[in-house]
Amino acid sequence: MTNLDEEQLLVFVDKMPAFRSSVQRLLLLAADLNADGREIVQVIESDPLMTVKILKVINSPFYGLAQKISSVQRAVVHLGINTIKNLALSVAAIGVLPTKNQAGFDTHAFLLHSLTTAALCKLLADRLKVPLMQGSDYFVAGLLHDFGKIVFAEFIPTAYKQVLDTAKEQEINLFQAELDILGTDHSQAGKLLAEHWGLANELVEAIDHHHSEHLHTQLGDCLFAANQISKKLGFGFAGNPVVDELPPDTAHVFGMNLEDLIIDLGDLSTIKNEALAFID
Amino acid sequence: MAMKFKFWGVRGSIPTPGPRTVKYGGNTTCIEVNNASNDLLILDAGTGIFALAQTLSGQSPIVAHIVITHTHWDHIQGLPFFLPLLSPQNQIHLYGGLDPVTQLGIERALTVQLQYSYFPIIEAQVKARVHYHTLRPGEPIQIGSTTITPIVLNHPVLNFGYRLEDSDGSSLFFTGDYETPSNPYSADDPDYASNQQFIDAKLFEVHATMQGVDALIVDSSYTDAEYAKKAGWGHNTYGGALELARQVHAKKLFLTHHEPTRDDRELETIFQNVLTKAGAVDFEVYLAREGIEHILR
Repeated sequence: MTNLDEEQLLVFVDKMPAFRSSVQRLLLLAADLNADGREIVQVIESDPLMTVKILKVINSPFYGLAQKISSVQRAVVHLGINTIKNLALSVAAIGVLPTKNQAGFDTHAFLLHSLTTAALCKLLADRLKVPLMQGSDYFVAGLLHDFGKIVFAEFIPTAYKQVLDTAKEQEINLFQAELDILGTDHSQAGKLLAEHWGLANELVEAIDHHHSEHLHTQLGDCLFAANQISKKLGFGFAGNPVVDELPPDTAHVFGMNLEDLIIDLGDLSTIKNEALAFID
Repeated sequence: MAMKFKFWGVRGSIPTPGPRTVKYGGNTTCIEVNNASNDLLILDAGTGIFALAQTLSGQSPIVAHIVITHTHWDHIQGLPFFLPLLSPQNQIHLYGGLDPVTQLGIERALTVQLQYSYFPIIEAQVKARVHYHTLRPGEPIQIGSTTITPIVLNHPVLNFGYRLEDSDGSSLFFTGDYETPSNPYSADDPDYASNQQFIDAKLFEVHATMQGVDALIVDSSYTDAEYAKKAGWGHNTYGGALELARQVHAKKLFLTHHEPTRDDRELETIFQNVLTKAGAVDFEVYLAREGIEHILR
Protein backbone atom coordinates (compact mmCIF):
# COMPACT_ATOMS: atom_id res chain seq x y z
CA MET A 1 0.00 0.00 0.00
CA THR A 2 1.38 3.37 -0.94
CA ASN A 3 -0.02 5.74 1.64
CA LEU A 4 -0.84 3.32 4.41
CA ASP A 5 1.35 1.85 7.10
CA GLU A 6 -0.04 -1.65 7.65
CA GLU A 7 1.26 -1.93 11.21
CA GLN A 8 -0.36 1.36 12.16
CA LEU A 9 -3.57 0.33 10.46
CA LEU A 10 -3.80 -2.90 12.46
CA VAL A 11 -3.20 -1.13 15.75
CA PHE A 12 -5.74 1.51 14.80
CA VAL A 13 -8.50 -0.98 13.98
CA ASP A 14 -7.98 -2.83 17.27
CA LYS A 15 -8.97 0.38 19.03
CA MET A 16 -11.83 1.35 16.73
CA PRO A 17 -15.18 1.87 18.43
CA ALA A 18 -18.42 0.13 17.40
CA PHE A 19 -21.69 1.53 16.06
CA ARG A 20 -23.90 3.61 18.31
CA SER A 21 -27.03 1.48 17.98
CA SER A 22 -25.37 -1.79 18.94
CA VAL A 23 -23.36 -0.28 21.78
CA GLN A 24 -26.52 1.21 23.32
CA ARG A 25 -28.47 -2.02 22.96
CA LEU A 26 -25.67 -4.15 24.30
CA LEU A 27 -25.22 -1.99 27.40
CA LEU A 28 -28.93 -2.31 28.17
CA LEU A 29 -28.85 -6.08 27.75
CA ALA A 30 -25.66 -6.41 29.78
CA ALA A 31 -27.27 -4.68 32.74
CA ASP A 32 -30.00 -7.31 32.81
CA LEU A 33 -29.02 -10.53 34.62
CA ASN A 34 -31.78 -12.39 32.80
CA ALA A 35 -31.09 -10.99 29.34
CA ASP A 36 -32.00 -13.27 26.45
CA GLY A 37 -28.88 -14.74 24.82
CA ARG A 38 -30.56 -14.60 21.42
CA GLU A 39 -30.91 -10.82 21.68
CA ILE A 40 -27.24 -10.47 22.60
CA VAL A 41 -26.29 -12.51 19.53
CA GLN A 42 -28.56 -10.36 17.36
CA VAL A 43 -26.93 -7.16 18.57
CA ILE A 44 -23.43 -8.50 17.89
CA GLU A 45 -24.47 -9.78 14.46
CA SER A 46 -25.70 -6.30 13.57
CA ASP A 47 -22.31 -4.71 14.19
CA PRO A 48 -19.29 -5.39 11.96
CA LEU A 49 -16.79 -4.34 14.64
CA MET A 50 -18.26 -6.49 17.39
CA THR A 51 -18.56 -9.42 15.00
CA VAL A 52 -14.96 -9.07 13.90
CA LYS A 53 -13.75 -8.97 17.50
CA ILE A 54 -15.60 -12.19 18.36
CA LEU A 55 -14.41 -14.03 15.24
CA LYS A 56 -10.85 -12.88 15.79
CA VAL A 57 -10.80 -14.40 19.27
CA ILE A 58 -12.75 -17.59 18.52
CA ASN A 59 -10.51 -18.41 15.57
CA SER A 60 -7.26 -17.92 17.45
CA PRO A 61 -5.41 -21.19 18.14
CA PHE A 62 -6.08 -20.80 21.87
CA TYR A 63 -9.63 -22.11 21.53
CA GLY A 64 -9.01 -25.31 19.64
CA LEU A 65 -11.35 -25.15 16.70
CA ALA A 66 -10.72 -27.84 14.10
CA GLN A 67 -11.92 -25.45 11.40
CA LYS A 68 -12.34 -21.70 11.35
CA ILE A 69 -15.81 -20.35 11.87
CA SER A 70 -17.56 -17.20 10.73
CA SER A 71 -20.67 -17.47 12.85
CA VAL A 72 -21.39 -15.60 16.06
CA GLN A 73 -23.97 -18.24 16.96
CA ARG A 74 -21.38 -20.95 16.63
CA ALA A 75 -18.95 -18.94 18.73
CA VAL A 76 -21.62 -18.88 21.45
CA VAL A 77 -21.99 -22.67 21.31
CA HIS A 78 -18.22 -23.01 21.65
CA LEU A 79 -17.31 -20.42 24.30
CA GLY A 80 -20.66 -19.75 25.98
CA ILE A 81 -22.91 -16.69 25.82
CA ASN A 82 -21.37 -14.97 28.84
CA THR A 83 -17.87 -14.94 27.40
CA ILE A 84 -19.16 -13.73 24.02
CA LYS A 85 -21.18 -10.99 25.74
CA ASN A 86 -18.13 -9.83 27.68
CA LEU A 87 -16.02 -9.80 24.53
CA ALA A 88 -18.60 -7.59 22.86
CA LEU A 89 -18.70 -5.36 25.95
CA SER A 90 -14.96 -4.84 25.65
CA VAL A 91 -15.62 -3.37 22.20
CA ALA A 92 -18.54 -1.33 23.49
CA ALA A 93 -16.29 0.10 26.20
CA ILE A 94 -14.09 1.77 23.59
CA GLY A 95 -16.91 4.12 22.61
CA VAL A 96 -19.12 4.72 19.59
CA LEU A 97 -18.40 5.73 16.02
CA PRO A 98 -19.64 9.23 15.21
CA THR A 99 -22.66 9.21 12.85
CA LYS A 100 -20.81 11.42 10.43
CA ASN A 101 -17.04 11.45 10.56
CA GLN A 102 -14.41 13.83 9.21
CA ALA A 103 -14.41 12.07 5.84
CA GLY A 104 -18.08 12.97 5.50
CA PHE A 105 -18.88 9.26 5.59
CA ASP A 106 -22.34 8.48 6.92
CA THR A 107 -21.88 5.53 9.27
CA HIS A 108 -25.63 4.97 9.65
CA ALA A 109 -26.11 4.60 5.88
CA PHE A 110 -22.98 2.42 5.75
CA LEU A 111 -24.35 0.10 8.42
CA LEU A 112 -27.68 -0.17 6.59
CA HIS A 113 -25.86 -1.18 3.41
CA SER A 114 -23.74 -3.73 5.29
CA LEU A 115 -26.70 -5.27 7.13
CA THR A 116 -28.94 -5.52 4.09
CA THR A 117 -26.11 -7.00 2.03
CA ALA A 118 -25.61 -9.55 4.83
CA ALA A 119 -29.28 -10.53 4.89
CA LEU A 120 -29.46 -10.66 1.09
CA CYS A 121 -26.31 -12.76 0.89
CA LYS A 122 -27.87 -15.29 3.27
CA LEU A 123 -31.12 -15.21 1.30
CA LEU A 124 -29.24 -15.96 -1.92
CA ALA A 125 -27.38 -18.80 -0.15
CA ASP A 126 -30.76 -20.41 0.61
CA ARG A 127 -31.64 -19.99 -3.05
CA LEU A 128 -28.48 -21.85 -4.10
CA LYS A 129 -29.20 -24.50 -1.45
CA VAL A 130 -25.99 -23.84 0.43
CA PRO A 131 -25.76 -26.19 3.49
CA LEU A 132 -27.49 -24.80 6.56
CA MET A 133 -24.37 -24.57 8.73
CA GLN A 134 -22.71 -22.26 6.20
CA GLY A 135 -25.61 -19.81 6.04
CA SER A 136 -24.21 -17.63 8.80
CA ASP A 137 -20.85 -17.45 6.99
CA TYR A 138 -22.70 -15.86 4.07
CA PHE A 139 -24.33 -13.38 6.42
CA VAL A 140 -20.97 -12.43 7.90
CA ALA A 141 -19.39 -12.05 4.45
CA GLY A 142 -22.08 -9.50 3.60
CA LEU A 143 -21.68 -7.77 6.92
CA LEU A 144 -17.90 -7.40 6.56
CA HIS A 145 -17.40 -6.98 2.81
CA ASP A 146 -17.05 -3.18 3.00
CA PHE A 147 -15.27 -3.14 6.34
CA GLY A 148 -12.22 -1.56 4.70
CA LYS A 149 -14.23 1.60 3.92
CA ILE A 150 -15.14 2.37 7.50
CA VAL A 151 -11.51 1.82 8.44
CA PHE A 152 -10.31 4.24 5.72
CA ALA A 153 -12.91 6.82 6.72
CA GLU A 154 -11.66 6.75 10.31
CA PHE A 155 -7.97 6.18 9.68
CA ILE A 156 -7.29 8.62 6.80
CA PRO A 157 -10.39 10.88 6.81
CA THR A 158 -8.98 13.71 4.68
CA ALA A 159 -7.77 11.49 1.86
CA TYR A 160 -10.92 9.42 2.02
CA LYS A 161 -13.12 12.50 1.72
CA GLN A 162 -11.35 13.18 -1.56
CA VAL A 163 -12.02 9.59 -2.65
CA LEU A 164 -15.72 9.81 -1.82
CA ASP A 165 -16.08 13.19 -3.56
CA THR A 166 -14.25 11.97 -6.67
CA ALA A 167 -16.40 8.85 -7.02
CA LYS A 168 -19.51 10.97 -6.62
CA GLU A 169 -18.51 13.72 -9.07
CA GLN A 170 -17.16 11.41 -11.75
CA GLU A 171 -19.75 8.68 -11.12
CA ILE A 172 -17.07 6.01 -11.03
CA ASN A 173 -16.79 2.90 -8.92
CA LEU A 174 -15.57 3.76 -5.44
CA PHE A 175 -12.81 1.16 -5.56
CA GLN A 176 -11.53 2.81 -8.75
CA ALA A 177 -11.31 6.18 -7.01
CA GLU A 178 -9.60 4.49 -4.08
CA LEU A 179 -7.00 2.90 -6.35
CA ASP A 180 -6.38 6.22 -8.12
CA ILE A 181 -5.98 8.27 -4.98
CA LEU A 182 -4.87 5.83 -2.27
CA GLY A 183 -3.09 3.24 -4.38
CA THR A 184 -5.14 0.53 -2.72
CA ASP A 185 -8.83 -0.19 -2.23
CA HIS A 186 -11.21 -1.22 0.53
CA SER A 187 -11.31 -4.86 -0.55
CA GLN A 188 -7.54 -5.12 -0.22
CA ALA A 189 -7.65 -3.44 3.19
CA GLY A 190 -10.53 -5.72 4.22
CA LYS A 191 -8.58 -8.75 3.07
CA LEU A 192 -5.47 -7.66 4.96
CA LEU A 193 -7.44 -7.22 8.19
CA ALA A 194 -9.42 -10.44 7.77
CA GLU A 195 -6.18 -12.36 7.19
CA HIS A 196 -4.52 -10.77 10.17
CA TRP A 197 -7.43 -11.79 12.37
CA GLY A 198 -7.26 -15.37 11.17
CA LEU A 199 -10.73 -15.44 9.65
CA ALA A 200 -11.70 -18.36 7.41
CA ASN A 201 -10.05 -18.43 3.97
CA GLU A 202 -13.37 -18.39 2.12
CA LEU A 203 -14.30 -15.21 3.93
CA VAL A 204 -10.94 -13.57 3.25
CA GLU A 205 -11.24 -14.44 -0.44
CA ALA A 206 -14.81 -13.23 -0.71
CA ILE A 207 -13.90 -9.86 0.80
CA ASP A 208 -10.78 -9.61 -1.35
CA HIS A 209 -12.58 -10.30 -4.61
CA HIS A 210 -15.92 -8.65 -4.15
CA HIS A 211 -15.02 -6.11 -6.85
CA SER A 212 -11.93 -6.88 -8.90
CA GLU A 213 -11.12 -10.29 -10.41
CA HIS A 214 -14.45 -11.59 -9.18
CA LEU A 215 -13.98 -15.17 -7.99
CA HIS A 216 -16.61 -17.56 -9.23
CA THR A 217 -17.44 -19.40 -6.00
CA GLN A 218 -20.86 -19.80 -4.42
CA LEU A 219 -19.95 -17.34 -1.70
CA GLY A 220 -18.38 -14.95 -4.22
CA ASP A 221 -21.48 -15.07 -6.44
CA CYS A 222 -23.91 -14.52 -3.56
CA LEU A 223 -21.86 -11.67 -2.14
CA PHE A 224 -21.48 -9.94 -5.49
CA ALA A 225 -25.20 -10.18 -6.24
CA ALA A 226 -26.27 -9.18 -2.71
CA ASN A 227 -24.03 -6.11 -2.84
CA GLN A 228 -25.47 -4.96 -6.17
CA ILE A 229 -29.08 -5.59 -5.06
CA SER A 230 -28.58 -3.57 -1.90
CA LYS A 231 -27.14 -0.68 -3.91
CA LYS A 232 -29.75 -0.91 -6.66
CA LEU A 233 -32.60 -0.75 -4.15
CA GLY A 234 -30.95 2.10 -2.27
CA PHE A 235 -30.78 0.20 1.04
CA GLY A 236 -28.39 2.58 2.77
CA PHE A 237 -25.27 3.89 1.07
CA ALA A 238 -21.61 3.00 1.41
CA GLY A 239 -20.10 5.58 -0.91
CA ASN A 240 -20.31 3.75 -4.24
CA PRO A 241 -22.58 5.45 -6.84
CA VAL A 242 -22.18 2.62 -9.39
CA VAL A 243 -24.28 -0.55 -9.59
CA ASP A 244 -22.66 -3.31 -11.64
CA GLU A 245 -24.43 -5.94 -13.75
CA LEU A 246 -23.79 -9.56 -12.70
CA PRO A 247 -20.77 -11.10 -14.46
CA PRO A 248 -21.87 -13.81 -16.94
CA ASP A 249 -20.82 -16.72 -14.69
CA THR A 250 -22.74 -15.29 -11.76
CA ALA A 251 -25.83 -14.58 -13.86
CA HIS A 252 -25.62 -18.18 -15.04
CA VAL A 253 -25.59 -19.50 -11.47
CA PHE A 254 -28.78 -17.61 -10.63
CA GLY A 255 -30.22 -18.28 -14.08
CA MET A 256 -30.96 -14.60 -14.73
CA ASN A 257 -29.51 -11.10 -14.75
CA LEU A 258 -29.56 -8.63 -11.87
CA GLU A 259 -32.85 -6.97 -12.75
CA ASP A 260 -34.72 -10.26 -13.12
CA LEU A 261 -33.17 -11.60 -9.93
CA ILE A 262 -34.49 -8.61 -8.00
CA ILE A 263 -37.96 -9.13 -9.45
CA ASP A 264 -37.79 -12.86 -8.77
CA LEU A 265 -36.84 -12.32 -5.12
CA GLY A 266 -40.11 -10.48 -4.59
CA ASP A 267 -40.71 -7.92 -1.87
CA LEU A 268 -37.37 -7.16 -0.21
CA SER A 269 -38.58 -4.25 1.90
CA THR A 270 -38.72 -6.48 5.01
CA ILE A 271 -34.96 -6.90 4.74
CA LYS A 272 -34.50 -3.16 4.84
CA ASN A 273 -37.05 -2.71 7.63
CA GLU A 274 -35.55 -5.42 9.79
CA ALA A 275 -32.12 -3.84 9.43
CA LEU A 276 -33.52 -0.40 10.18
CA ALA A 277 -35.23 -1.72 13.30
CA PHE A 278 -31.77 -2.57 14.55
CA ILE A 279 -29.90 0.59 13.82
CA ASP A 280 -32.42 3.34 14.48
CA MET B 1 0.76 -48.89 39.56
CA ALA B 2 -2.53 -47.69 38.13
CA MET B 3 -3.57 -44.09 38.33
CA LYS B 4 -5.42 -43.17 41.51
CA PHE B 5 -7.21 -40.04 42.59
CA LYS B 6 -8.56 -38.52 45.76
CA PHE B 7 -11.19 -35.85 46.28
CA TRP B 8 -10.04 -33.01 48.55
CA GLY B 9 -12.98 -30.76 47.76
CA VAL B 10 -16.35 -31.59 46.23
CA ARG B 11 -18.43 -28.51 47.03
CA GLY B 12 -19.50 -25.86 44.53
CA SER B 13 -19.47 -22.09 44.92
CA ILE B 14 -18.46 -21.59 48.58
CA PRO B 15 -17.02 -23.73 51.39
CA THR B 16 -19.68 -25.21 53.69
CA PRO B 17 -18.08 -26.54 56.88
CA GLY B 18 -20.21 -27.84 59.71
CA PRO B 19 -22.00 -30.90 61.07
CA ARG B 20 -24.51 -31.04 58.21
CA THR B 21 -21.85 -31.58 55.56
CA VAL B 22 -19.34 -33.61 57.55
CA LYS B 23 -19.77 -36.81 55.54
CA TYR B 24 -19.30 -35.51 52.01
CA GLY B 25 -17.22 -32.51 52.99
CA GLY B 26 -17.44 -28.75 52.73
CA ASN B 27 -14.32 -27.77 50.80
CA THR B 28 -14.50 -26.45 47.26
CA THR B 29 -13.12 -28.31 44.26
CA CYS B 30 -9.74 -30.03 44.41
CA ILE B 31 -8.73 -33.49 43.15
CA GLU B 32 -5.34 -35.10 43.68
CA VAL B 33 -4.13 -37.54 41.04
CA ASN B 34 -1.15 -39.87 41.32
CA ASN B 35 0.09 -41.50 38.15
CA ALA B 36 2.37 -44.41 37.28
CA SER B 37 5.43 -42.15 37.29
CA ASN B 38 4.39 -40.94 40.75
CA ASP B 39 3.90 -37.30 39.81
CA LEU B 40 1.75 -35.06 41.95
CA LEU B 41 -1.09 -33.80 39.77
CA ILE B 42 -3.77 -31.55 41.21
CA LEU B 43 -6.97 -30.70 39.39
CA ASP B 44 -8.24 -27.30 40.57
CA ALA B 45 -7.21 -25.36 43.63
CA GLY B 46 -10.38 -24.80 45.63
CA THR B 47 -10.14 -24.72 49.42
CA GLY B 48 -9.55 -28.50 49.48
CA ILE B 49 -5.96 -27.91 48.37
CA PHE B 50 -5.05 -26.63 51.85
CA ALA B 51 -5.62 -30.03 53.49
CA LEU B 52 -3.80 -31.70 50.60
CA ALA B 53 -0.81 -29.41 51.19
CA GLN B 54 -0.71 -30.49 54.86
CA THR B 55 0.06 -34.05 53.76
CA LEU B 56 3.13 -32.81 51.90
CA SER B 57 4.81 -31.17 54.87
CA GLY B 58 8.28 -32.54 55.53
CA GLN B 59 8.71 -33.52 51.88
CA SER B 60 11.36 -31.67 49.95
CA PRO B 61 11.75 -30.78 47.22
CA ILE B 62 8.17 -30.84 45.98
CA VAL B 63 7.24 -30.74 42.32
CA ALA B 64 3.52 -30.11 41.91
CA HIS B 65 1.47 -29.80 38.73
CA ILE B 66 -1.71 -27.81 39.34
CA VAL B 67 -4.14 -27.94 36.43
CA ILE B 68 -6.93 -25.36 36.55
CA THR B 69 -10.27 -25.85 34.78
CA HIS B 70 -11.37 -22.22 35.14
CA THR B 71 -10.76 -19.19 37.31
CA HIS B 72 -13.99 -18.84 39.29
CA TRP B 73 -13.18 -18.43 42.98
CA ASP B 74 -14.26 -21.89 44.10
CA HIS B 75 -11.61 -23.40 41.81
CA ILE B 76 -8.66 -21.14 42.65
CA GLN B 77 -9.29 -19.85 46.16
CA GLY B 78 -6.95 -22.33 47.82
CA LEU B 79 -3.94 -21.42 45.66
CA PRO B 80 -2.41 -18.88 48.08
CA PHE B 81 -2.72 -21.52 50.84
CA PHE B 82 -0.76 -24.11 48.92
CA LEU B 83 2.15 -23.91 51.32
CA PRO B 84 4.80 -25.45 49.05
CA LEU B 85 4.71 -22.09 47.23
CA LEU B 86 6.76 -20.64 50.06
CA SER B 87 9.86 -22.86 49.89
CA PRO B 88 12.58 -22.06 47.36
CA GLN B 89 13.46 -25.69 46.66
CA ASN B 90 9.95 -26.45 45.33
CA GLN B 91 8.72 -26.24 41.77
CA ILE B 92 5.08 -25.47 41.07
CA HIS B 93 3.66 -25.78 37.58
CA LEU B 94 0.35 -24.04 36.97
CA TYR B 95 -1.67 -24.93 33.87
CA GLY B 96 -4.75 -23.32 32.35
CA GLY B 97 -6.28 -21.53 29.39
CA LEU B 98 -5.95 -18.05 27.92
CA ASP B 99 -8.94 -15.96 28.94
CA PRO B 100 -10.70 -14.79 25.76
CA VAL B 101 -11.79 -11.44 27.19
CA THR B 102 -8.69 -10.30 29.09
CA GLN B 103 -6.23 -12.25 26.90
CA LEU B 104 -4.36 -13.18 30.08
CA GLY B 105 -3.03 -16.62 30.93
CA ILE B 106 -3.37 -18.67 34.11
CA GLU B 107 -0.79 -16.52 35.96
CA ARG B 108 -3.65 -14.14 36.74
CA ALA B 109 -5.23 -16.76 39.03
CA LEU B 110 -2.35 -16.29 41.45
CA THR B 111 -1.46 -12.67 40.74
CA VAL B 112 -4.95 -11.38 41.38
CA GLN B 113 -5.07 -13.02 44.82
CA LEU B 114 -1.59 -12.12 46.06
CA GLN B 115 -2.25 -8.42 46.47
CA TYR B 116 -1.57 -6.42 49.60
CA SER B 117 -5.25 -5.62 50.22
CA TYR B 118 -6.44 -9.19 49.95
CA PHE B 119 -3.64 -11.36 51.24
CA PRO B 120 -0.67 -10.88 53.60
CA ILE B 121 1.82 -12.42 51.17
CA ILE B 122 2.56 -10.66 47.91
CA GLU B 123 3.70 -12.30 44.72
CA ALA B 124 7.35 -11.30 45.20
CA GLN B 125 7.42 -13.30 48.43
CA VAL B 126 6.52 -16.55 46.72
CA LYS B 127 9.82 -18.42 46.94
CA ALA B 128 9.08 -21.60 44.99
CA ARG B 129 9.84 -21.62 41.29
CA VAL B 130 6.47 -21.14 39.64
CA HIS B 131 6.06 -22.07 35.98
CA TYR B 132 2.95 -21.00 34.07
CA HIS B 133 1.71 -23.06 31.16
CA THR B 134 -0.97 -21.78 28.80
CA LEU B 135 -2.83 -24.75 27.36
CA ARG B 136 -4.66 -24.99 24.07
CA PRO B 137 -7.70 -27.20 23.66
CA GLY B 138 -7.09 -30.32 21.61
CA GLU B 139 -3.32 -30.08 22.14
CA PRO B 140 -2.20 -32.75 24.65
CA ILE B 141 0.59 -32.16 27.14
CA GLN B 142 2.69 -34.80 28.86
CA ILE B 143 3.37 -34.87 32.58
CA GLY B 144 5.43 -37.93 33.44
CA SER B 145 3.42 -40.97 32.41
CA THR B 146 0.21 -38.97 31.93
CA THR B 147 -1.13 -37.33 28.80
CA ILE B 148 -3.54 -34.49 29.51
CA THR B 149 -5.89 -33.20 26.81
CA PRO B 150 -7.97 -30.07 27.40
CA ILE B 151 -11.31 -29.34 25.73
CA VAL B 152 -13.50 -26.23 26.01
CA LEU B 153 -16.71 -26.96 27.94
CA ASN B 154 -19.61 -24.54 28.20
CA HIS B 155 -19.60 -22.32 31.33
CA PRO B 156 -19.95 -18.54 31.93
CA VAL B 157 -16.15 -18.25 31.79
CA LEU B 158 -13.62 -20.19 29.70
CA ASN B 159 -13.60 -23.68 31.22
CA PHE B 160 -11.46 -26.64 30.22
CA GLY B 161 -12.47 -30.22 30.83
CA TYR B 162 -9.41 -32.50 31.02
CA ARG B 163 -8.85 -36.05 29.94
CA LEU B 164 -5.96 -37.73 31.77
CA GLU B 165 -4.60 -40.86 30.16
CA ASP B 166 -1.85 -42.82 31.89
CA SER B 167 0.79 -45.05 30.30
CA ASP B 168 -1.06 -48.20 31.43
CA GLY B 169 -4.19 -47.07 29.60
CA SER B 170 -6.14 -46.02 32.69
CA SER B 171 -8.03 -42.77 32.14
CA LEU B 172 -9.99 -40.07 33.90
CA PHE B 173 -12.01 -37.09 32.72
CA PHE B 174 -12.91 -34.10 34.87
CA THR B 175 -15.38 -31.54 33.52
CA GLY B 176 -14.64 -28.69 35.85
CA ASP B 177 -17.90 -26.73 35.69
CA TYR B 178 -20.06 -27.64 32.75
CA GLU B 179 -23.55 -27.05 31.43
CA THR B 180 -24.54 -28.99 28.34
CA PRO B 181 -25.54 -26.27 25.87
CA SER B 182 -29.16 -26.27 24.74
CA ASN B 183 -30.69 -24.62 21.69
CA PRO B 184 -31.96 -21.17 22.68
CA TYR B 185 -34.12 -20.87 19.55
CA SER B 186 -37.63 -22.28 19.32
CA ALA B 187 -38.26 -24.95 16.72
CA ASP B 188 -40.04 -22.58 14.33
CA ASP B 189 -37.20 -20.04 14.41
CA PRO B 190 -35.12 -19.92 11.20
CA ASP B 191 -31.96 -20.10 13.32
CA TYR B 192 -33.06 -23.25 15.15
CA ALA B 193 -31.80 -25.87 12.71
CA SER B 194 -28.34 -24.41 12.10
CA ASN B 195 -27.86 -23.80 15.81
CA GLN B 196 -28.76 -27.41 16.54
CA GLN B 197 -26.12 -28.51 14.04
CA PHE B 198 -23.54 -26.36 15.82
CA ILE B 199 -24.54 -27.90 19.16
CA ASP B 200 -24.48 -31.45 17.81
CA ALA B 201 -21.03 -30.89 16.28
CA LYS B 202 -19.74 -29.60 19.62
CA LEU B 203 -21.30 -32.47 21.58
CA PHE B 204 -19.70 -34.94 19.21
CA GLU B 205 -16.31 -33.42 19.99
CA VAL B 206 -17.01 -33.47 23.74
CA HIS B 207 -18.16 -37.10 23.72
CA ALA B 208 -15.13 -38.16 21.71
CA THR B 209 -12.82 -36.66 24.34
CA MET B 210 -14.66 -38.43 27.19
CA GLN B 211 -15.08 -41.73 25.34
CA GLY B 212 -14.61 -44.88 27.43
CA VAL B 213 -12.93 -43.27 30.44
CA ASP B 214 -12.48 -45.31 33.61
CA ALA B 215 -13.61 -42.40 35.77
CA LEU B 216 -15.85 -39.57 34.61
CA ILE B 217 -16.09 -36.77 37.17
CA VAL B 218 -18.96 -34.45 36.30
CA ASP B 219 -20.38 -31.20 37.61
CA SER B 220 -23.88 -32.27 38.66
CA SER B 221 -25.14 -29.40 40.73
CA TYR B 222 -28.87 -29.49 40.19
CA THR B 223 -31.96 -31.62 40.26
CA ASP B 224 -34.17 -31.21 37.20
CA ALA B 225 -36.55 -29.02 39.20
CA GLU B 226 -33.71 -26.72 40.32
CA TYR B 227 -32.32 -26.55 36.81
CA ALA B 228 -35.57 -25.11 35.50
CA LYS B 229 -34.72 -21.95 37.44
CA LYS B 230 -30.97 -22.06 36.84
CA ALA B 231 -30.58 -22.77 33.15
CA GLY B 232 -27.66 -20.76 31.81
CA TRP B 233 -25.81 -20.67 35.14
CA GLY B 234 -23.25 -23.08 33.77
CA HIS B 235 -23.92 -26.32 35.64
CA ASN B 236 -25.30 -29.72 34.81
CA THR B 237 -27.97 -31.84 36.47
CA TYR B 238 -27.65 -35.29 38.06
CA GLY B 239 -29.72 -36.69 35.22
CA GLY B 240 -27.53 -34.93 32.65
CA ALA B 241 -24.39 -36.46 34.19
CA LEU B 242 -25.86 -39.98 34.06
CA GLU B 243 -26.86 -39.47 30.46
CA LEU B 244 -23.34 -38.29 29.64
CA ALA B 245 -21.76 -41.35 31.30
CA ARG B 246 -24.09 -43.63 29.36
CA GLN B 247 -23.35 -41.91 26.05
CA VAL B 248 -19.56 -42.05 26.40
CA HIS B 249 -19.45 -45.55 27.96
CA ALA B 250 -17.69 -44.42 31.11
CA LYS B 251 -16.91 -47.16 33.63
CA LYS B 252 -17.41 -45.13 36.79
CA LEU B 253 -19.30 -41.87 37.21
CA PHE B 254 -18.59 -39.43 40.04
CA LEU B 255 -21.10 -36.68 40.74
CA THR B 256 -19.50 -33.55 42.16
CA HIS B 257 -19.84 -29.78 42.67
CA HIS B 258 -22.45 -30.32 45.38
CA GLU B 259 -24.67 -27.33 46.00
CA PRO B 260 -23.62 -25.36 49.10
CA THR B 261 -27.17 -25.48 50.46
CA ARG B 262 -27.20 -29.28 50.27
CA ASP B 263 -26.61 -31.25 53.52
CA ASP B 264 -25.48 -34.88 53.62
CA ARG B 265 -28.94 -36.30 54.11
CA GLU B 266 -30.50 -34.32 51.26
CA LEU B 267 -27.63 -35.25 48.98
CA GLU B 268 -28.18 -38.95 49.65
CA THR B 269 -31.93 -38.69 49.21
CA ILE B 270 -31.48 -36.99 45.85
CA PHE B 271 -28.88 -39.58 44.91
CA GLN B 272 -31.27 -42.47 45.64
CA ASN B 273 -34.05 -40.80 43.65
CA VAL B 274 -31.76 -40.21 40.69
CA LEU B 275 -30.57 -43.82 40.70
CA THR B 276 -34.11 -45.17 40.92
CA LYS B 277 -35.21 -42.96 38.08
CA ALA B 278 -32.24 -43.95 35.93
CA GLY B 279 -32.96 -47.68 36.26
CA ALA B 280 -30.25 -50.18 35.31
CA VAL B 281 -26.99 -48.66 34.06
CA ASP B 282 -23.84 -50.48 33.05
CA PHE B 283 -21.48 -48.24 35.01
CA GLU B 284 -20.92 -47.51 38.69
CA VAL B 285 -22.19 -44.23 40.14
CA TYR B 286 -20.79 -42.43 43.18
CA LEU B 287 -21.32 -39.17 44.99
CA ALA B 288 -17.92 -37.51 45.15
CA ARG B 289 -16.84 -37.49 48.79
CA GLU B 290 -14.00 -35.55 50.36
CA GLY B 291 -11.07 -37.67 51.56
CA ILE B 292 -12.00 -40.79 49.59
CA GLU B 293 -9.40 -42.28 47.28
CA HIS B 294 -10.24 -44.28 44.15
CA ILE B 295 -7.87 -46.55 42.26
CA LEU B 296 -8.49 -46.92 38.54
CA ARG B 297 -8.60 -50.53 37.34
